[in-house]
Amino acid sequence: MSKFTRSVRTLTGGRGLSQYSMIIALVAIIIVFDLWTGGLTLDPTNVINMVQQYSYILILAIGMVMLIIAGHIDLSVGSVAAFVGIVVAQSMAVWHLPAGLAMLLGLVVGALVGAWQGFWVAFVRVPAFIVTLAGQLIFRGANQVVGNSTASPTPASYNWIGNGFLPDFGPDFGYSNWTLILGAIVVVALIWKELRDRRKRVAMGASLRPAWVSVVKLVVLCGITVYATLLFGSGRVGTSFPIVGIIAGILILIYSFVTSSTIFGRHIYAVGGNASAAVLSGVKSRRVNFLLMMNMSVLAAVAGMVFVGNAQASGPFDGTGWELDAIAAVFVGGAAIFGGVGTVAGSIIGAFVMAFLSNGLSLLGLDSPWVSIIRGLVLIAAVGFDVYNKTQGRPSVTGLLLRGFMRRKPTVTEEAIDAQPKGLEQPAGDKVPLS
Amino acid sequence: MPNASDILQMRNITKRFPGVVALSDVSMYVKTGEIHAVCGENGAGKSTLMKVLSGVYPFGTYEGDIVFQGEQMRFRDVRQSEAVGIAIIHQELALIPELSITENIFLGNEPGRFGVIDWVAAQKRARELLDLVGLSEDPDTKIKTLGVGKQQLIEIAKALHKDVKLLILDEPTAALNETESQHLLDLIGGFKKTGMTSIMISHKLNEIERIADSITIIRDGKTVETLDVSSGGVDEDRIIRGMVGRSLESRFPERTPNIGDTFFEVRDWTVQHPIDPDRLVCKSESFFVRRGEIVGFAGLMGAGRTELAMSVFGRSYGNYLSGEIYKDGQELKIGNVHEAIEHGLGYVSEDRKALGLNLLDTIKRATVSARLEKISQGGVVDDLKEFAVAEEYRKRLRTKANSVDEGVSKLSGGNQQKVVLAKWMFTDPDILILDEPTRGIDVGAKYEIYGIINELAAQGKGIVLISSELPELLGMSDRIYTIFEGQITNVLSAEEANPESLMVSMTSTRKTGPAA
Repeated sequence: MSKFTRSVRTLTGGRGLSQYSMIIALVAIIIVFDLWTGGLTLDPTNVINMVQQYSYILILAIGMVMLIIAGHIDLSVGSVAAFVGIVVAQSMAVWHLPAGLAMLLGLVVGALVGAWQGFWVAFVRVPAFIVTLAGQLIFRGANQVVGNSTASPTPASYNWIGNGFLPDFGPDFGYSNWTLILGAIVVVALIWKELRDRRKRVAMGASLRPAWVSVVKLVVLCGITVYATLLFGSGRVGTSFPIVGIIAGILILIYSFVTSSTIFGRHIYAVGGNASAAVLSGVKSRRVNFLLMMNMSVLAAVAGMVFVGNAQASGPFDGTGWELDAIAAVFVGGAAIFGGVGTVAGSIIGAFVMAFLSNGLSLLGLDSPWVSIIRGLVLIAAVGFDVYNKTQGRPSVTGLLLRGFMRRKPTVTEEAIDAQPKGLEQPAGDKVPLS
Repeated sequence: MPNASDILQMRNITKRFPGVVALSDVSMYVKTGEIHAVCGENGAGKSTLMKVLSGVYPFGTYEGDIVFQGEQMRFRDVRQSEAVGIAIIHQELALIPELSITENIFLGNEPGRFGVIDWVAAQKRARELLDLVGLSEDPDTKIKTLGVGKQQLIEIAKALHKDVKLLILDEPTAALNETESQHLLDLIGGFKKTGMTSIMISHKLNEIERIADSITIIRDGKTVETLDVSSGGVDEDRIIRGMVGRSLESRFPERTPNIGDTFFEVRDWTVQHPIDPDRLVCKSESFFVRRGEIVGFAGLMGAGRTELAMSVFGRSYGNYLSGEIYKDGQELKIGNVHEAIEHGLGYVSEDRKALGLNLLDTIKRATVSARLEKISQGGVVDDLKEFAVAEEYRKRLRTKANSVDEGVSKLSGGNQQKVVLAKWMFTDPDILILDEPTRGIDVGAKYEIYGIINELAAQGKGIVLISSELPELLGMSDRIYTIFEGQITNVLSAEEANPESLMVSMTSTRKTGPAA
């Protein structure tokens, strides 16, 4: 092993660069498009527009990855978002609800829709694919019934959640002050977290990585943060980091924490990894499935409301094809189609990949049909790799690059297959027996 | 013994799996027109032998010769063995529930021309075949509306259609009730009169004694003997002696039992089969466990041991009909697994890959997965505690792994089982049910797992040990219940129990020792 590869392994905690393959791909896409478009991709205005335009994918991908980890899917998110959007818009136009109350109403409607779909999935055990396919039809129709198939404009007091920015204040440094403060907070948080992780490893008695590893990691992450801060802070006067970006960011933090550090999060992975084993470990899988379906619809409601704010109106064709954007982001982000594998962070990176791809291709002047074709090819390639890896006994997309770092693949012996039980129905009844 | 009139000779068959010799120099000679039984304990190699014969394991993956009707056979797959007239009917039926009887019988073999099925001819032939197996059903009936017994007959009809010369039945009566079994055995006897040869694998020795002409006994992958029933002197006890005839080696760690009072009791436990409501998998069974006691459950595959254990463990199997569970004199109301764990029950499942572990987990995550509450506050898992707990059990059980961050899928069977045991020890159960805890594990790891079980008993926990290996039950248990067809047939103390007495109660409702 050369000195360089050894350093790389130390830097990445002994697992090689492979676990960062999607991040590397994202950076490569951004750089390639930036060069290709002559700097248009990383122009502040473009980046700010992208956040406002594509934040709905981020928000949907959070809920979608949790469903996909648990072995389900939701095809109705676009219709649910559109339905909630029109309800919110009409509530302000017809009942003259204040913006805040209308948003609350939107969340409640999202929760009710989710409870309806969760009921069918968790308690009647209709596959989520079917339930949400029905939901796609039902709520698209409901949108057009409520809105009389026409667009309904929304007031400015509401629209800030979609197109608003952090207000400017104080002395002028040439950058938006709030954005600078936000950037500083993120930098401090990153350093604090790294120190905490190091303390934790000491407490666990695990071998501590050399200090230079932490320094390199922090320099890279903080460098990106500073660059992003300056990028968002240097846009047109009156712009800064968008409100939608903050909403998406907070949701990402919350849900990363939920999936990685809570009992509920563990249960999601347990249900998706092996439903029978989860049930026999005391996981109430019906409850988990119900809550996940409900959560997805609430997040779809948030995405819908944000989108309406940005568009300044709710229309009958809002949210068309969103489910595909979200699902694509999740799979590009390394989730496995068989369930049990995936992370919120990975899906967010997947969403960025899909967003930068669309944005870059349209900046290049490519017609939208071609953008669509290329996005489709990227998706099939990512999932194709995942399936290929699965058959090779590797966990997901992230294992593909730099295969040399991977461990030996596990093999299933005939003996192991013979050792399977015969003639005993399994408790959950939804697993295909090996044979 | 080899004879020119043999329809089938399997000579010196050896079959190896990585790390295991499943069959070693096994020979079997089947005379034309006889009913030949194959007997042996679970795991002795009977099914492997039949898979070699039918081409599931193709020529070249085993050593030895198969001679069928005087010709050397080299099957590359099952189709080739079917083509010469060997049909195997597996324990798990392979019919398609949504198709009709006719469609199933002719599946892959449809009469007709140019891909167009001649349904008239098919129906006619189906009726003839149904007559042959003594089934008066409309050939248009869908399979899913038929019970297991009738499905078995359809399978046989399907085999008859293919002009079968040698019919192999793997545990044909395991899922059948008394009348159905009777009918099936009569049918096989009838085939014999028409000159067909049958090989039957069965655990039900009374049936074998009644119907078989000769019996080949396999033990630990070797042929022990072939008994000729017509020459007399062959009864159930004689077969059992052949099946279990080995001495108990000192494969079990020393233990001085320290047994306290009865503290756990299951009374009149009755459970319905989850799919077939006419079948009871547990019929009003009662048993009890004392503190510090290891209670064995003996029974053959399909006898209902696992079904009993899983239904007691939070009703995770079948439909509960009636029965009570008492612990420390209190009746426990347990509706799901979560409540079972809270009330101090633990269940190490028979199949650790399908039911015991999420193979995507790390050791750390698997260890705490059944009782996350213990290391959490306000629903948030404390990963420092998680790590500490996992480390503690890794050291205590001597699980071989580089760290607790390693994935469980990469561990050997023995180490995976230790992780499963750690998972359940962490839930701190009062009653721990161990279902085949040493299946597929090498001898060294077995010894360690026995040590862990003894240690748990010494802590005053009640252990229920379900096992198909009689030596294991005899070596570990203080008391052994025997189960046959969903009923507890006997209970023997460690002193009373021996392989013969257990096997008798495992294969019939006959009792040998005094009930405790």
